[in-house]
Amino acid sequence: MTAASGMAALRMEGVDSFYGHVQVLRGFDLELKSGEVLCLLGRNGAGKTTALKTIMGLVPATAGRILLGDADLTKLPPHEVPKAGVAYVPQGRRLFSELTVAENIEVGLMTRGKGAATREAVLDLFPVLRERLKQRSGTLSGGEQQMLAMARALCLEPQVLLLDEPTEGLMPSMIARIRETVAGLRERGVSTILVEQRVDAVLPVADRVAFIENGRNRETVPVERLRADPDMVHRYVGVG
Amino acid sequence: MAFGPYFLLATLEGLVTAAVLSLMALGLSLVFGVMRVVNVAHGEFYMLGAVLAWWFSSLVGGHPAVGFLLALVLSPLVVAAIAFVAERLVLSRLNYEPEATIVATIGLLYIIQQLALTFYGPEARPVEAPFNHRISLPWFGYSAYKLSVIGFSILMMLATWVLLTRTKIGLVMRATQFDRETAQAFGIPVGRVYAGVFALGAGLAAVAAVLIVPIQQAHYLMGLDPLLLSFIVVIIGGLGSLRGTVVAAVLIGLSDGIISMFFSPTLAKMLATLIVAMVLVFRPQGLFGAPAR
Repeated sequence: MTAASGMAALRMEGVDSFYGHVQVLRGFDLELKSGEVLCLLGRNGAGKTTALKTIMGLVPATAGRILLGDADLTKLPPHEVPKAGVAYVPQGRRLFSELTVAENIEVGLMTRGKGAATREAVLDLFPVLRERLKQRSGTLSGGEQQMLAMARALCLEPQVLLLDEPTEGLMPSMIARIRETVAGLRERGVSTILVEQRVDAVLPVADRVAFIENGRNRETVPVERLRADPDMVHRYVGVG
Repeated sequence: MAFGPYFLLATLEGLVTAAVLSLMALGLSLVFGVMRVVNVAHGEFYMLGAVLAWWFSSLVGGHPAVGFLLALVLSPLVVAAIAFVAERLVLSRLNYEPEATIVATIGLLYIIQQLALTFYGPEARPVEAPFNHRISLPWFGYSAYKLSVIGFSILMMLATWVLLTRTKIGLVMRATQFDRETAQAFGIPVGRVYAGVFALGAGLAAVAAVLIVPIQQAHYLMGLDPLLLSFIVVIIGGLGSLRGTVVAAVLIGLSDGIISMFFSPTLAKMLATLIVAMVLVFRPQGLFGAPAR
């Protein structure tokens, strides 16, 4: 595990957001350091997924700021956020299931005008996708779909990567593969926010963990502290 | 005339109907497929295309082909531009809510229709065909223009297919169709895509109208029947399915041509409606549509 640089890659300051009339995020603060893997842990409905969607502009922030470097993402329309360098792997993959693997990758490449070199680099990370380029993405296995969802996001060559429950429903070998990929991205300086329900999936890869409760970031701690004090997980998540 | 030639004539007439209907229904299907908007004003964009075709063709003298070609180029462009503005001013502000957009497009229908009545008038006006050559078959002569309508419609359908499946614009449209939110997360400006698709749909209706005005005259109420037939076609073919639209348009066009000639136009409409009812009962997603997700 490499140490993060200490500079903030992304910062959320006092962010509020709503689904309709229901407030989900309440004065939400979060700091993602450059080159770190920050995990959001919390119960269902705590606001983890909403935090990621608010960063992407898919759920509008009604108060506060979301800073990527000096740029305030809340001032951008949603389709400009990925162009600024934030890539998103949604919960449940959300592939364009009627499109082929190659077409899904092409959509990712188009986002920031990347070309063949990026495409090859991404396919080198997930070689199995090379054999499936003409296959409709909805017909891939769960693990392959997750690889494609990550490949599509990495086509942006992002500074910040948002992963929403990437290990959900995957077999252990595939979970290990995802962890390796996240660790590899950290080596290349990509900062990652990882939303997870399972603590065992987080510990081997995260640098810090933020506990989310009722739309607020209650506490952000280094992962070593979580190892030393497992009760902390019980307090916020209710499971070990 | 013996049965065989009579049947051939009915088939040719049915194919002309199918060709024009395919283009019109394709526009309706694209708008629903990508935007999930049921465009009740689609028939009025068709009517507007026909009225503008009369206006453009009457601007220039000389050979009728000159006026017709001018109309074929400019009329769909003007109609597409009007649709683009309507989408930005009305539909986008409703956030594409299905019920609200139905009401809004009903409003657009009446606005366009009444503006046409005010500025164009209640008369039916013809546009001269670009050429009047007749092809001599052993049993009867048939209009070369009508055959060219079939050919041109096939070309337009192929061009639309290439646009959708072989270009980046088409990829963006299909990605938006399958998942609007994820499309935004990958830098696709969904609002602009919707406006473009709405304009393209209206433009296709206008092309269909320009092709038909040398056969039927332009009139401010001419949009209603094709709109109903287009809904029948897209329900049978499957909303959003290009292949389904073509197959259903040929089915409805041919049955309309043949049954109208041998029996009565009313029976043809009854059968089309019956087919729709059967499809809705036994295969609600249409012959080639994907089941609802």
